[in-house]
Amino acid sequence: MKILVCISHVPDTTSKINFTEGDTKFDTNGVQFVINPNDEFGLTRAMWFKEKQGANVTVVNVGGPETEPTLRKALAIGADAAIRVNTQAKDGVQVAKELANVVNEGGYDLVIAGRESIDYNGGMVPGMLAALTNANFVTNCISLEVDGTNATAMREIDGGKETVATSLPLIIGGQKGLVEESDLRIPNMRGIMMARQKPLSVVEPTNAAAETNSVKFEKPAPKGAVTLVDADNIDQLVSLLHNEAKVI
Amino acid sequence: MSVLVYTESEQGKFKKVAFEVASYAKAVADQMGTTVTAVTVNAGDSSELGSYGVDKVLNINNGDLDKFNAAAYASAIEQAAKQEGSKVVVLSSSADSKYLAPLVAIGLDAGYASNVVEAPSSTAPFTVKRTAFTNKAFNVTSIDTDVKVVGVSKNAFGLVESSGNAASEDFAPAISASGVTVQSVDKATDKVTIADAEIVVSGGRGLKGPENWGMVEELADVLGAATACSKPVSDLGWRPHSEHVGQTGKPVASNLYIAIGISGAIQHLAGINSSKVKVVINTDPEAPFFKAADYGVVGDAFEVVPTLIEKLKAFKAQNA
Repeated sequence: MKILVCISHVPDTTSKINFTEGDTKFDTNGVQFVINPNDEFGLTRAMWFKEKQGANVTVVNVGGPETEPTLRKALAIGADAAIRVNTQAKDGVQVAKELANVVNEGGYDLVIAGRESIDYNGGMVPGMLAALTNANFVTNCISLEVDGTNATAMREIDGGKETVATSLPLIIGGQKGLVEESDLRIPNMRGIMMARQKPLSVVEPTNAAAETNSVKFEKPAPKGAVTLVDADNIDQLVSLLHNEAKVI
Repeated sequence: MSVLVYTESEQGKFKKVAFEVASYAKAVADQMGTTVTAVTVNAGDSSELGSYGVDKVLNINNGDLDKFNAAAYASAIEQAAKQEGSKVVVLSSSADSKYLAPLVAIGLDAGYASNVVEAPSSTAPFTVKRTAFTNKAFNVTSIDTDVKVVGVSKNAFGLVESSGNAASEDFAPAISASGVTVQSVDKATDKVTIADAEIVVSGGRGLKGPENWGMVEELADVLGAATACSKPVSDLGWRPHSEHVGQTGKPVASNLYIAIGISGAIQHLAGINSSKVKVVINTDPEAPFFKAADYGVVGDAFEVVPTLIEKLKAFKAQNA
């Protein structure tokens, strides 16, 4: 089984979010970049398929050279090879079209992406990729088993979960549950050394066009001060929630 | 030309988000000088949609669509959009709608913006404001294609009633076989879900152990709320992952969010930021959550929560 894991290069979850150039660009100053958490659950599941079922795992990112340390980290975790599509990511459809090209060229059986990136939160790349490559598609995926060309997946739905039967080729939008938090791997020294020897190929883009354009960013309005209620006066809290906030 | 909106239902009843996306579609249609057409799947009586600005309803009644299937539903919505010549397709942010939206976008060669929180600031260019960086910021985005798909954030635009009647028509799109088949659905029907809840009661590590969740559940019961938890609580296995709210868990956009024993790490706050009113109960007055909350109680949850339950029961009895 050939697996492709799509890796987004995103600000660490603790990052303070600021903008520059008249609020049109994300300010990367002092920001630590990591593998998108939803992608990391998928990568870790792919490692399981590699170790138990002999799968071959390639990771891919659409981005400039600055994203290579993130791809190297994925190699250090255990992926066999990496591909960087050498263009800046502009929007979901542009990224999906560039990835579709990689998928078609490489003939992957299973593609695992995160259900969404934690920076732009578009939540559209895996679905668009499935539509563009005519593959089956399950998102919000919290468990995945593959047997031959058949697959069984669980999807989180509002208020529960559902189990679906499907088959390869398959695109997955993954999230926590695909593996547990405690299964995530921190690269060890041997992995880091080996990652340096593994192939990281840079491919030129097809120059797919974006369909949306980011005009500017805004930060949420600053919050007013908290109204503190004395622990001995919970009646007041009930009254505030009813009369002032009008939520009960 | 009409604005097309997919109005979701469950067991023959519209979900609240259906009325919210209909209200949004009406606002877009008013700006563009056109009408609103809704598409429903096995929804039963659709006349209610008229009260939220829908002019025409395309009712799909097809037993093959009883179970949700993203590819089949997306195809049905695409066929409706083509029949109506719609330039704008409005969807909700439910798990199902977010599943099918990218498929609809590719099918219609449409640009897609998700998590949109306001009516378009302009329709030419078509410009919307959406959340980004997991609610730590907004991104103003233009959709530059001829056809546009807009995914509306839950509880951001709200319900806008209008007087009108929705004409109803049967619609029978061609549905082809899908490569994904639902085998079983595991859904508690007696519990309020985080996605649908008006109120969410959430517990953190300050509650010391899973055996102490009784009072969280009781408080949720009194309020008709959903229960949720912080990331450490789900990582420790005290509560199921499905309750984890925050940046890498579920987003919460309820009217009221009550955090008990949650310190308020930046990742947690990002996930619950879209909630309208936030209450925090914590022993530590320095907990970062107090900076993000509207109301706060500095105190021991094991004393405050039982008192709050008692006071709320009395309040409910009085206002029943």
